[in-house]
Amino acid sequence: MFRSMWCAMAIAMAALPAQAQEADTAKLREELRQLQQRLQQLERRLQETENVAAQASARPAGENAFNPAVSVILQGTAARSSRDPASHQITGFAPSGGEVGPPRRGFSLGESELFMTANIDPYFRGQLVASLTPDNTVEVEEAFFQTLGLGNGFTLKGGRFLSAIGYQNQIHQHAWDFQDAPLAYKAFLGGRLNDDGVQLRWIAPTDLFLELGTELGRGRTFPGTDPNKNGTGAWALFSHVGGDIGGSTAWRAGMSFLRTSPRDRVFDDVDSLGNAVTNSFSGRSDLWIADFIMKWAPGGNPTVNNFKLQGEYFRRKESGDLNFNNVASGDYSSRQSGWYLQGVYQFMPQWRAGYRYDRLSHGSVTNGIGLTAADSPLLLTDYNPTRNTLMLDWSPTEFSRIRLQLASDRSRFGVTDRQVLLQYIHSLGAHGAHTF
Amino acid sequence: MRILLIALSFAISSPALAALNILACEPEWGALAKEIGGDKVTVYTATTALQDPHRIEARPSLIARARSADLMVCTGAELEIGWVPLLQTQSGNPKIQAGQRGYFEAAGVVALLEKPTRLDRSMGDIHAAGNPHIHLDPRNIARISAALSERMANLDRADAGYYEDREKSFLQRWSDATAHWEKQAVPLKGLPLVVYHKNLTYLINWLGMRDVGALEPKPGLPPSTAHLSELLEQLKRDPAKAVVRAAYNEPRAAEWLAERAKIPAVMVPFTVGGTDNAKDLFTLYDDTLTRLLAVAK
Repeated sequence: MFRSMWCAMAIAMAALPAQAQEADTAKLREELRQLQQRLQQLERRLQETENVAAQASARPAGENAFNPAVSVILQGTAARSSRDPASHQITGFAPSGGEVGPPRRGFSLGESELFMTANIDPYFRGQLVASLTPDNTVEVEEAFFQTLGLGNGFTLKGGRFLSAIGYQNQIHQHAWDFQDAPLAYKAFLGGRLNDDGVQLRWIAPTDLFLELGTELGRGRTFPGTDPNKNGTGAWALFSHVGGDIGGSTAWRAGMSFLRTSPRDRVFDDVDSLGNAVTNSFSGRSDLWIADFIMKWAPGGNPTVNNFKLQGEYFRRKESGDLNFNNVASGDYSSRQSGWYLQGVYQFMPQWRAGYRYDRLSHGSVTNGIGLTAADSPLLLTDYNPTRNTLMLDWSPTEFSRIRLQLASDRSRFGVTDRQVLLQYIHSLGAHGAHTF
Repeated sequence: MRILLIALSFAISSPALAALNILACEPEWGALAKEIGGDKVTVYTATTALQDPHRIEARPSLIARARSADLMVCTGAELEIGWVPLLQTQSGNPKIQAGQRGYFEAAGVVALLEKPTRLDRSMGDIHAAGNPHIHLDPRNIARISAALSERMANLDRADAGYYEDREKSFLQRWSDATAHWEKQAVPLKGLPLVVYHKNLTYLINWLGMRDVGALEPKPGLPPSTAHLSELLEQLKRDPAKAVVRAAYNEPRAAEWLAERAKIPAVMVPFTVGGTDNAKDLFTLYDDTLTRLLAVAK
């Protein structure tokens, strides 16, 4: 604006009567030039000041400037199943006590998850994940600190956290590709493992991703029994390797081992005559997991199309003593396994379709008491549960998702449970970062 | 044990160690780090020009690279919010944590445009700090190169003089090139454009072009038929000269609109590697201007 004013003046001056002395004109021109120069300098300084002011105003002020990143996940389902979810069980496998059944029939609220995370100081980072369950309780899913400054690729985590064994265990439920966990997770880990303990991870200084780690825990949840003892009730080892194949594919594969020592792990059963019986297991439980995940997107750009293939194989060996109904005791040993494979394809922006196949193998279960499937049907029926699941989901943005899921669940001997559910997952607040 | 041995053999067979191991989040920063660092640095670029920097996953190969990086050069301003924090926390590398010298945010040294006055997700995936696609204004590159060379000299004091000399030489060539581009781009002044995403704002601002609309109805949302039709109506009243998209934006929506509005659809490399010609920062600008000038005639 100023500049145009000066221009106007310059024009006015240039239009001065011709009789004005030439010397005067030259002097005026010189003055004008100097003034223009000063004006330009002023303009530049003004611009700089504005830039600084803009930067300064971006700085947050006040007590809440150090608030952790907070986000909330809202979930809910409308479900229909041909069998009562309350009576759900996986035949041939000792109940894991976790949330293994399908969601309630009709409308129901899922777990609302509250995430809070921030750097504690230059050395530590903290995260809390509280789950507000639909029956009005609060569950601490994760509450841990982790080191930022150990160096040499080491990270130490402590508190309650999702174990790094397997692949899906570390993924929060709202980021799963299906509403529920694979059967193998339900049977062998009660849905997931989030023990109280410590974890030490090391990343190798190589271009190929190589991660080794160990966890020591209390054995708070299945397959452990939350022992009242000093020291550790569970320990785990895990290793993962991963990398890229060309520019379009990324992969990771791993092997994990979990040992727990359950004491008096009790579960109820009904024998073939309809009498309630109780089994109790004490001994050692070893679980091996082989996991693998591959993600493909053309040119590494998943915006339009992408594909994800994921599978895990579980193998469990338990040996120890079985107490039957407080009347008989004897040796017990089992070797059981299970696996799932799932693929999810984004066929156009916002839309994905997926299929999952689950299978558990009853394997060999022997006992020294002479029990048969008639005495303890749940544990001793030689049956291999399977399940087929289809899903279609629509994610208008990365913060919202609506999912339709159909399943044909043969977890129970002789029973096919057909499930249909509609689920919403909404995330509000801070932009979360999802692990690979 | 065997795994450990394999790991060790990998560690030993790693390439000869340069003074600084740099992980660049986007190709433009990889190119800039190479301009300044020359053969004293090894640069690994986490993303390509054909990937949307908003939608990158913290995949294993990136965690492995972050583990050994001395310096991470990223845009910041929340552009990489979905993946860089994970690389930092999962790498076990204290050097590249936020706030440490080994984490450089380019957006921190330039003034950002389009700072939202209201923050609400109903407005799409907006960035609180302002528009983070800062690298298509050469004046920003000049500012960032000064700050980056300072940071590199600070981390690798033995080669401080080397970085300084190279930065000086780069800046000289860069300001000559900038003057040339500004002269070359005179016909672009006032050129009305439809963009795909608000990722060309700094280019438009620098050359005095006009952004008359975006294919995305809201930042981060894919173009919808309803929005495109609306845009087409709008273009009848206020015509644009071209529909411009970055190499990583899918072409269909841009072509749909261009065909109906009878204007050309132009793809710009957006960053180094986006087209065959855009081999470094200089040719990135050369190629971008050539493509835009072709429609300004």
